[in-house]
Amino acid sequence: MAEPQAHAAAHADEHDHKPHGWRRWVYATNHKDIGTMYLVFACTMFFIGGAMAMVIRLELFKPGLQFVDPQFFNSMTTMHALIMIFGAVMPGWTGLANWMIPMQVGAPDMALPRLNNFSFWILPFAFTLLISSLFVPGGAPAGGWTMYPPLILQTGASFPMLIFAVHLMGASSILGAINVVVTIMNMRAPGMTLLRMPLFVWSWLITAYLLIAVMPVLAGAVTMLLTDHFFGTTFFTAAGGGDPVMFQHIFWFFGHPEVYILILPAFGIVSEIIPTFSRKPLFGYETMVYAVASIAFLSFIVWAHHMFTVGMPLAAQLFFMLSTMLIAVPTGVKVFNWTATMWKGSLSFEPPMLFALAFLFLFTIGGFSGLMLAMVPADYQYQDTYFVVAHFHYVLVPGAIFAMMAGVYYWLPKWTGRMYDQKLATWHFWLSTIFVNVLFFPQHFLGLAGMPRRIPDYAVQFTDWNMVSSIGAFGFGLSQLLFPYIIIKCIRAGQPIGNRAWEGAHGLEWELPSPPPYHSWTTPPSDAVIARGAAH
Amino acid sequence: MSIRKTLVRLALTAAAGVLTLPAGAEESGWAQLNMPRGVTDISRKIYALHMEIFWICVAIGVVVFGAMIWSLIIYRKSKGAVADTTMVHNTQVEIVWTVIPVIILVVMAVPAARTLIEIEDTTKTGLNIKVTGFQWGWEYEYLDEGVTYFSHLDRASDAARELGSGVDPTTVPHYLLNVDHPLVVPNGVKVRLLITGADVIHSWWVKDLGVKKDAIPGFVNEAWFKVDDGWTGLLRGNCAELCGRDHGFMPIVVDVRSKADFDTWLKSTAAEQKQAAAPAASAATTTTASG
Repeated sequence: MAEPQAHAAAHADEHDHKPHGWRRWVYATNHKDIGTMYLVFACTMFFIGGAMAMVIRLELFKPGLQFVDPQFFNSMTTMHALIMIFGAVMPGWTGLANWMIPMQVGAPDMALPRLNNFSFWILPFAFTLLISSLFVPGGAPAGGWTMYPPLILQTGASFPMLIFAVHLMGASSILGAINVVVTIMNMRAPGMTLLRMPLFVWSWLITAYLLIAVMPVLAGAVTMLLTDHFFGTTFFTAAGGGDPVMFQHIFWFFGHPEVYILILPAFGIVSEIIPTFSRKPLFGYETMVYAVASIAFLSFIVWAHHMFTVGMPLAAQLFFMLSTMLIAVPTGVKVFNWTATMWKGSLSFEPPMLFALAFLFLFTIGGFSGLMLAMVPADYQYQDTYFVVAHFHYVLVPGAIFAMMAGVYYWLPKWTGRMYDQKLATWHFWLSTIFVNVLFFPQHFLGLAGMPRRIPDYAVQFTDWNMVSSIGAFGFGLSQLLFPYIIIKCIRAGQPIGNRAWEGAHGLEWELPSPPPYHSWTTPPSDAVIARGAAH
Repeated sequence: MSIRKTLVRLALTAAAGVLTLPAGAEESGWAQLNMPRGVTDISRKIYALHMEIFWICVAIGVVVFGAMIWSLIIYRKSKGAVADTTMVHNTQVEIVWTVIPVIILVVMAVPAARTLIEIEDTTKTGLNIKVTGFQWGWEYEYLDEGVTYFSHLDRASDAARELGSGVDPTTVPHYLLNVDHPLVVPNGVKVRLLITGADVIHSWWVKDLGVKKDAIPGFVNEAWFKVDDGWTGLLRGNCAELCGRDHGFMPIVVDVRSKADFDTWLKSTAAEQKQAAAPAASAATTTTASG
């Protein structure tokens, strides 16, 4: 069964007229090349956003203002979030989607290759625009990534740059999502039924629907900000009959599904890595699919839990409290199922598994603080404090980011045909895990003790935990330098490996050579091959 | 000692450490671990709700993390564990671990909803104060009493916080938590706040009262608190919604006095403010008469 595929692969390479030099990348329509570009872009943005975080933690190391003007500090918090969310995490997931979805469903490429190229190339332009706003009069936007009016309307010359950049990033995401849906629904190999697909593909299918549903809502919200600022509308100005709180409703109607967009692909990746390194199938495959779908559905009806202090009617506060508590149930089920996958397995601890395990532990801690935040009266004390900052950084950093690194460490041997230095990657893991906790755990205490968020300076009783957190930040930031080093070292000089880089790995991607041919699955996989790789 | 015994001992020690969590001491930095119990009935109810959900999370965490850690130790390939590949689903178990969390949530929702309903009842108040947040300070108006004043970050803090001021914040009393004119209120009285914003959204938050409400331009939000009978002293808070450059520099101080002291203060302040307004008024009439 392997020979016809290998022959076809070799044959495809011979006929390969892919362009060379800069044209290969600028005109790319190949899902592997586009995937690589997304990942390199995401990694670059991660370090730029990370540098901004270092500025934040440097100023917060001690009370008193030592380094930056408060306005610049606010720009740093705003830009850090925008760059991490829209520049690092979302393009990172899209890069993994591009690389893996066609290989995992037995398709030769994404359904819409030129749209794919456009989706990617929007991003460098969008982020050049956004980052150059640091250098215009008034500086970069400083009203928070949440852009609440009226404050955001006080932004200077960088305001239109912000709005346009958000529009561009949104368009990129929508077009990428359409591509994912069309590919998964239309280009699966015969025999690759929906309930045989890997969880990573399922999670991206559902994420793509969320993106298509909510990115246009963000576009609407920021367009109304634009017209309020330049064209005399008063959508968000009470004096003109408008409502600042309406912006919050519209923004968070986008914003809450957005945070699930940021995490669902992580769930998919972890659902593949844990079974591989437990040498045991995922426990409760169908339940896991239904859980992702329920989380996605519920994510539409919880948005106002970001707004409990705005003065909502009692009934509304009760509704959103209950719906937010409810969303903990399918999420908890997933954690239990991952644990049950490990139970009575045969575990080994290579770098992908280490990162996946850290995800399991630490995302769960983030989930607990999320449940606490759902309790409205208690939320009156947590809202806009470092308790919230701790919560979302736990679910985003040892949550989304660790899962993304786990995915890269898992599939890098497939992409490059080489095994990376696992000892060094294990060092990266331990340094990251220890420092991420030193960085974010004390922020729970700071929030409970009364430290608000988005402030450059604080009362002296908050000194000690801020110092610990900043030390964690510097350690975490430095450790991340290992990541690109390990990847580059692997590409240059890693040990060659075969198809199945990991002993317990199942899935169509592991049936392909490492590295896979430029055009893989030009002949669809047979049903027997699909069955061998089936997720369950 | 077996691994199991060690783990149990570790868990108990951690729990014991956590049990001694103080409720928000103001002095040392390392003691800053938890929410304050506060000085009102509502703030104590909020604290209780917070600790309840916290302990439930700890309990769930012990079970779930325990199962994870157990697997990591016992089911290792290096220790010779062989995977049970037939264990792929169990509908019964899945139902149990879906239903039990739902029950826990229902149990939690009841006290939460009760407290919320109590908080939302802004009737039968004894004093009404209008609070306006602006860039960057607060204005307090004692409605129908003729007392209005501004409250700004106090001068010593303001000087020390300048970039490169060279002043050590630890030498400034109540650095960034001190104002020139605190909000004066009586204890034992249900005080209603009518909160609005003058320019952008701010948020009035005093943790010891358990009150946080956004100050939104064009809207008036209501909040209330009733400080325990007999409690007097200063309570400190912050603006809790990003409002521009000096968001971190517009704190709140509440000066809680006995009802009698408060009444005295209110009367004398009203008289002062009336007098301050009067010479200006008479000067204006004189000018108009001659001009």
